[in-house]
Amino acid sequence: MKKELITGGEALLRSLKNEQVDTIYGYPGGSIIPVFDALYDYREDFHQVLVRHEQAAVHAAQGYARSSGKVGVCIVTSGPGATNTLTGISDAMLDSTPIVVIAGQVSSAVLGTDAFQEIDLVGVTQPISKWSYQIRSAEDVAWAVSRAFYIASTGRPGPVVLDFTKNAQVSQVLYEPIKVDSVRSYVPYPKPDLQCIKEAADLINRAKRPFAVVGQGVELGEAHKELIAFLEKGGIPAARTLMGLSSLPSDHPLCMGMLGMHGNLGPNVNTNECDVLIAIGMRFSDRVTGKLETYAKQAKIIHLDIDKVEIDKSVPVDIPVLGDCKETLPLITELLNENSHKEWIATFGDLDKIENEKVIEKALNPTDGPILMGEVCRKVSEATNHNAILVTDVGQNQMFAARYFKYKEPHSIITSGGLGTMGFGLPAAMGATMGAPHRTVCYFAGDGGFQMNMQELGTIMEQRCPVKMIVMDNSYLGMVRQWQQLFYENRCSWTPMCNPDFCKIAEAYGIPSRFVKDRSELDAAIKEMVETPGAFLLNVVVRAEDNVMPMMPLGASVCEMILE
Amino acid sequence: MLMEKKLYTVIVYSENIAGMLNQVTAEFTRRQMNIETLNVSSSNIEGVHRYTISLWTTEWLIQRVTKRLEKKVDILRAYYFTDNEIFMQEVALYKLSTPRLLENKQISKIIRHNNARVIEINSAYTVVEKTGKTDAVLSLYKEFAAEQCVLQFVKSGRVAIVRDASVNLSENLFDEDSIRSKVRG
Ligand SMILES: Cc1ncc(C[n+]2csc(CCOP(=O)(O)OP(=O)(O)O)c2C)c(N)n1
Ligand SMILES: [Mg+2]
Repeated sequence: MKKELITGGEALLRSLKNEQVDTIYGYPGGSIIPVFDALYDYREDFHQVLVRHEQAAVHAAQGYARSSGKVGVCIVTSGPGATNTLTGISDAMLDSTPIVVIAGQVSSAVLGTDAFQEIDLVGVTQPISKWSYQIRSAEDVAWAVSRAFYIASTGRPGPVVLDFTKNAQVSQVLYEPIKVDSVRSYVPYPKPDLQCIKEAADLINRAKRPFAVVGQGVELGEAHKELIAFLEKGGIPAARTLMGLSSLPSDHPLCMGMLGMHGNLGPNVNTNECDVLIAIGMRFSDRVTGKLETYAKQAKIIHLDIDKVEIDKSVPVDIPVLGDCKETLPLITELLNENSHKEWIATFGDLDKIENEKVIEKALNPTDGPILMGEVCRKVSEATNHNAILVTDVGQNQMFAARYFKYKEPHSIITSGGLGTMGFGLPAAMGATMGAPHRTVCYFAGDGGFQMNMQELGTIMEQRCPVKMIVMDNSYLGMVRQWQQLFYENRCSWTPMCNPDFCKIAEAYGIPSRFVKDRSELDAAIKEMVETPGAFLLNVVVRAEDNVMPMMPLGASVCEMILE
Repeated sequence: MLMEKKLYTVIVYSENIAGMLNQVTAEFTRRQMNIETLNVSSSNIEGVHRYTISLWTTEWLIQRVTKRLEKKVDILRAYYFTDNEIFMQEVALYKLSTPRLLENKQISKIIRHNNARVIEINSAYTVVEKTGKTDAVLSLYKEFAAEQCVLQFVKSGRVAIVRDASVNLSENLFDEDSIRSKVRG
C-alpha cells in the first residue's frame, strides 16, 4: 500500500476507519481542534454525534457498544472535557463495556507545566480503565489506535483511553495502516483446561439439584445458543443477574427469573438449596450474593469465567473453568447426561407462587390508587411485544423495569450495574438507537436520574433518535427514600424533590410527549408512545411511596428476602 | 491460615514503559496496603522490568492482589512468596566518621565481625557496605550507632531469588499456556 503524508489527526481518523468505526460521539475544544478539523473532511465516513456533555458521550458510546456488540468511540478535549468522561469510563470498566475514549492533551513540550486545560489523564484513568496510553507523536497513532481496539474488544472487554497530545495531532506522518492482533503480555482467551471441564461435567451429572446462575459473560461471548443447549441437555434451571437478563429469554422453561437484591424469590432462596451451583460469566457481585458467609455453603460451586481474577475472588470455587464460555459451555454439554430434575424445578414454582401472591400481583394489577412503576414497565414491555431494548437509569425505576420487562432477544438490557450511575440511561438509550437502529429502544428513568443528563434531549432532537422515554415521577429520590423508610425510621432526608413539567421540557425540544396520572389513561398513552414515530416522552406520575420488593436487605442472606 | 499476617515478597515482571510503577503500586494503595520495600530494575530479559516488593499482609489478600496485577495488560507475571521460599538480600551503606574510627578500635572490629566491606576512606569519612538480610544490616547499624560514629545510613529494598530448584521465574514469560491457563498459583 502506498504511504501518504498526513497529519496525526487525520491518521487517527484513518485508523478508526480501519477498525470499522461508523459512529463517533464527542465534544470539541482547544486541544482537540485539529482532530475535529480533520473530521470536517470525513463527514461521509462517520456518523458524527455532537453531544451536550462529555459524560453523555461516553454513556452513548456504551449504549452503542452494548446494543451493537461493536466498540463505542468518543472524542473529547483535554482538561474538563476529559474529566467529564471519568464516570463513563468507570462505568464501562465495572460493566465490561468495550469503548475507546480519545481525549486531546496539551503539547508534549508543555506537559507537566499546569498548561491551560492540562490534567494527567493517563494517571487519573489508569485505575479505571483496561488500558490508558498517551500518544505523543504522529508516528504512534496507527499502532496505538489498533492496540486500543484490540484490548478494548478482546477477552473481558473494557474501556481504553488514548490521551492525544496536540503536537502529535498536527505533525505529519507517512501513514501506514497497522493491525495489532496480539500483545505479548496479554492473554485475552485462556485455553480451557480439559480436566476441569471433565470434573465439572461429572459433578453436574451427579447433581440432584443443579442450578445455573448466568451473567453478562454469556452476552459478551455471544454464547446464548450454547447456554440453552447446556441447560436443556442437563435439565438445569437457571437464573440471570441484572447484567445478564437477556442472556436467556424470560419465557424459556428453564428460566427461573432474576437474581440479586431485588431479584425473584425462587432463584435467591434456591441458591441456598441447590447441590451444585454453576456460575456462568457472572462475578458474584455483592448485590447478588448478599452475605457471603452464608452464600451457597451447601453447594459445590463451578465457575465459568474468562477472567482469572474473578475465580475465588469472593466466593471460593470447587471447580474453576477458565475460558470463553462460548468455547467451554459446549465442551461441558458434550459430556453431560440428559436429565430433567423435575421435582427440583418444581420447587422454584412453589416460591414463585408466594412471590406472585405477595408481590407481583399487587405490583402489576392494582385496582385503585396511583399508578405503580411495575405496571407501567410490564405494559410497555407488552406493547413492544417484549422485543424492545430496555435501557434503564438507576434507582427504583431500574429495579422495577428489570423485574417486569420481559426479554426475548439477546442484547436487550442496557443498565448501569456495577457503578449504578444515575444519568446513565438517557445518553445510553440514545447510543442504543444508533447501535441497533432496527430495534425499539425504551428508556425508563426516575425524576432524579432523568434530570442528571436531561440536556441530551438536545442531541436526541438533533439526531432524531427514536428513544421512547418513560419518566416515572414519584417526586422522590425513590430508592434512597425506600432505604430511609426501611432502615432509617422513615427520616426522608434530602429525598423529596420538586419537579418541573417534563412535558414542557420535551416540547421545548420539539419532542412529542404525554402526561399521565390516571390509570385509565395509561394504556392509550403507551399506545400513543409506541405508535408515534421517533422520540416520545411519557411522563407518568407514579405512587410516591412505593417500594421495590422483594428485597434482600444489606447484610442478609440470599434466603432472607423480605416480601413486604 | 489465610488471614494470618506475614511478610510477603511479590515479584512482578512488566513491560518497561512509563507509568507501570504507578499501576503496580495503585493495586496496593487502593486497599491501603503499606509497601515495606520496593526494588525496580531491568531484568535478564530485554525490555522487561522486574519488581521486588515486600509487605506485611495476609495470604488471602496477596493472592488476590497478585492476580489483579497479572491481569494488567502490560504486566507479564506476578508471583508472591513467603520468606522461607526465597533467598533475599539487602544492601546497606554506612558513612562513618574517620576520626571516630581511628580513635575507637571497637569500630573496626564491628566491621570485621559483620563481614562488612570498606569501600571508601578519606580523612573525613569512611564508607562501609554490607549485604545481608534485613536484620543483619539493621543490627550493624545499631552497633555503629552505639559507637556514635554514623554520619549517614541507607539501606535498599530487598531483592530476592526463589529457592525451589525447578523454578525459573523468567523462563516462560511469553508462553501463553504455561501459567495463564492455570487458574490458581
Ligand atoms: C450519580 C449518582 N448519584 C447518587 C446515586 C445514589 N442513588 C441511587 S438511587 C437514587 C435515587 C434515584 O432517584 P430517581 O432517579 O428519582 O429514581 P427512583 O428511585 O425514584 O425511581 C440515588 C440518589 C447514584 N446511584 N448515582
Ligand atoms: Mg424518583
